Amino acid sequence: MTEQTTASAEDLAAAGADQLPPPRTFAGRFLASMWTANTVTVTVLAVLLALVIGGILIAISDEAVRATFSYFFSRPSDFFTLSWDKVSDAYAQLFKGSIVDPATVQAAVNGTGPWERVFFPISETLTYAAPLALTGLAFAVAFRGGLFNIGVQGQAIMGAVGAAIAGFLLPLPVGIHLVVALVFGAAFGGMYGFVPGFLKARTGAHEVITTIMLNYVALFFLGWLIVQKGIQDPERSDAISKPVDDSAQLTHLLGFLGPSLRVNLGIVVAILVVAAIAWLLRRSTFGFELRAVGLNPEASRTAGIGVGSTYVMVMTVAGALAGLGGATIVLGTAVSLTGAVIGGVGFDGLLVGLLGRAKPWGVFFAALLFGALSAGGNRMQSFSGISLELVGVIQALIVIFVAAPALVKTVFRLRPAKVSGLGTGMSKGW
Amino acid sequence: MANDDISLTVEPGEIHALLGENGAGKSTLMNVLYGLLQPDEGEILVDDKPVQIRGPRDAIAAGIGMVHQHFMLVPVFTVAENVMLGAEQTTGGPIGFLDRRRARKLVREVSDRYRLAVDPDRTVEDLPVGVQQRVEIVKALTREVDLLILDEPTAVLTPQETEDLLEIMRTLKAAGKSIVFITHKLKEVKAIADRITVIRRGRTVGTAPPDTSEEELASLMVGRSVLLRVDKGASEAGAAVLDVAGFAVNDDRGHRAVDGVDLTVRAGEVLGIAGVQGNGQTELIEAIMGLRPVVAGTATLDGRPMHGLSTREILRAGVGYVPEDRSVDGLVKDFTVAENLVLDIYNTEPYGTRWVVRPEAIAESARARIEQFDVRTDASGQATVGTLSGGNQQKVIVAREFSRPLKLFIAAQPTRGVDVGSIEFIHRQIVHERGEGTAVLLVSSELDEVLALADRVAVMYRGRVIAVVSPDTPREEIGLLMAGVTTDDPATARTGSEDD
Repeated sequence: MTEQTTASAEDLAAAGADQLPPPRTFAGRFLASMWTANTVTVTVLAVLLALVIGGILIAISDEAVRATFSYFFSRPSDFFTLSWDKVSDAYAQLFKGSIVDPATVQAAVNGTGPWERVFFPISETLTYAAPLALTGLAFAVAFRGGLFNIGVQGQAIMGAVGAAIAGFLLPLPVGIHLVVALVFGAAFGGMYGFVPGFLKARTGAHEVITTIMLNYVALFFLGWLIVQKGIQDPERSDAISKPVDDSAQLTHLLGFLGPSLRVNLGIVVAILVVAAIAWLLRRSTFGFELRAVGLNPEASRTAGIGVGSTYVMVMTVAGALAGLGGATIVLGTAVSLTGAVIGGVGFDGLLVGLLGRAKPWGVFFAALLFGALSAGGNRMQSFSGISLELVGVIQALIVIFVAAPALVKTVFRLRPAKVSGLGTGMSKGW
Repeated sequence: MANDDISLTVEPGEIHALLGENGAGKSTLMNVLYGLLQPDEGEILVDDKPVQIRGPRDAIAAGIGMVHQHFMLVPVFTVAENVMLGAEQTTGGPIGFLDRRRARKLVREVSDRYRLAVDPDRTVEDLPVGVQQRVEIVKALTREVDLLILDEPTAVLTPQETEDLLEIMRTLKAAGKSIVFITHKLKEVKAIADRITVIRRGRTVGTAPPDTSEEELASLMVGRSVLLRVDKGASEAGAAVLDVAGFAVNDDRGHRAVDGVDLTVRAGEVLGIAGVQGNGQTELIEAIMGLRPVVAGTATLDGRPMHGLSTREILRAGVGYVPEDRSVDGLVKDFTVAENLVLDIYNTEPYGTRWVVRPEAIAESARARIEQFDVRTDASGQATVGTLSGGNQQKVIVAREFSRPLKLFIAAQPTRGVDVGSIEFIHRQIVHERGEGTAVLLVSSELDEVLALADRVAVMYRGRVIAVVSPDTPREEIGLLMAGVTTDDPATARTGSEDD
């Protein structure tokens, strides 16, 4: 990310030479580069713009604020004060719920409150972020390989199924059990990604169609599976599976501070996998093939690269990543399979992958942002009475603005950066 | 900047040739005249009055028409429908029925007046390329233009079709129309032009009368004297390296594109395939490279059958390949120069293994090859290939293919869209490779290129090799062969195989 910033600073100095004198100091060049339409700037401004529009929605969805409309022209100040109170409170809660609440820090320092409360928001953020980083990568890796993987949700479901089955059916010792369960999750997801990859390589079936359909297959397979004998929890009458054995659960990292801190080894797994994928894309033979095929399948084929087998491998790896994402949920937080065990983490993975511009560490930071919005959204709902759906709206707006960089550039009148590749990246899959 | 301070004057009833290498700025200049690009400075005068041309509509209103290098026709429409496109006439008042009858009549009138022989009711996709081009001319003429711009009109034509086009241009001139004829082919310029303006690197370097010698024009074009012929000794042809027998291959739509071809390429010789584009050359080569299924026939490399080998196995067996369309098949444009230089060997030592690639080793070899093949780019090879000029992109491909030991080198249109300097360089490389005992199969739609490089010339027409002749055969005779006219003289011509 820093590389891109400096690169565009140099470009600006070169490109803007005939219009403006290039800023001399490093800080000047840095600020100038921030105001060109590079990736980081556009992303940050997209988030900002989404929060502004979210704020407007918060204001007009509030009844008290709407009541001021009737006398807006006689006393407009009421509208503005009320709106400001409402929106600033909402975003304050969003921050307190996702990063840290200063009041709890003070209490902990004074010894009047537990440290558990201090770490709760960040623990929630990381808990949400871990599976999102993995499903985001599942989309990103396929995207870099020239494939549009809409099937992340289905692959994540299959991963959760695989991990849960290994988690409660295999009697294995502590340590090994967890590793085996994770491997099962990746393997189930990988097999489920292999299918559309194989169909594409062999028959040319478009992966968008096949993966969307396979999402349904996975969803209803899960619904069927959790009421089967041997899977369903014998002590429950509703559709829920047996819980995963303790030995297969992801260790809670901050469990010693209090039971509410759910952050677990999943985030460690996610970071390791992000680093591994970054290495894979850059330094491995498979990564070279994946990038070549993703950018130009015809030239790759002409140079002797097996395009079909690369597609199969790409989808298998993507499916394994999604499966791992599903596994971290069932082994980390959910513990039992239910019909909605992974929620929308697969579909959110598409957004995270796009927001992270299909780059491993970009995906990781996008996952942190989405995790923070989810964690903070919970608090915003309970403290400010704003529905959780609004967080979904803000997430969607961020992705829309990132996908339409021209919009952000126009709104903020950014100077064009030479290293852009912004608009093209998003539409390449089609 | 593609154009820098260019002045050009075209008189009424004049054929004015605009001569320049690829990338000299000819097309840019004409796109400015046609309103597709806006000039930063300067003005356009029509009949001594300044005009503003903001788009093709303004250009047509000012009496300027253009026939693009790539035709702007809707293939499934008839000639009349194509001609009326964008200037539809309707009847029936507000309901607006298309007046096809009037369009047909108009096409017929224009076609008769200028002897273009275009039938308004034929579907465009069924017409030969030469006729499609005449449809474009009709389209311009029905807009009542006085100045017609022809952008590289002969690039896709057979020698005979070119003759017909030149005849049409004379007719138009006699009718008082002015023509700007953009080309880089010296012979045609000399045959037809009243005046010649030479452009180099976006500047006019001179205006010459048509009796200027070809050598003078060429050196004006390039800015130095150029070898029009390639220096090469006699070939010392050895054993057959590539042997193709009874080849049949289909095109993308499932139609038979190669229909029973027999070919032999021997070590140390260049076999040139001449032919108008679209007569099966592309499909033949793709099939040899394992990129397209072979319907019938066999190919052997050094006596070993190639059937069932993957493209990678064929490349690794010592075949070098320069594909016809470098931006689609030759290069990954968003990859760096260094990565493109190892696109076929990235997983072999020292660049990588089955599992890892070594960016340092790839970058190091890129530095050496950029220097050796005179690729004009950042010396480290870390620039994206898409940012290079066409000639330098092509040099990257040539450098990649020539950096392995080769038995057979297959080059399709190796110098298309490449500047003259790079053409010379690539030609020298090919001749050098031939001297090393490599068998070379060269496909080019530029007859001059085939004649300059080849030791034997195979002429392809409608999916068959209709003759294999010596490069010293008169151009006219090869031109006739390219149009499918075979002579019966067994000494110079040999008919292709008939097993289909």
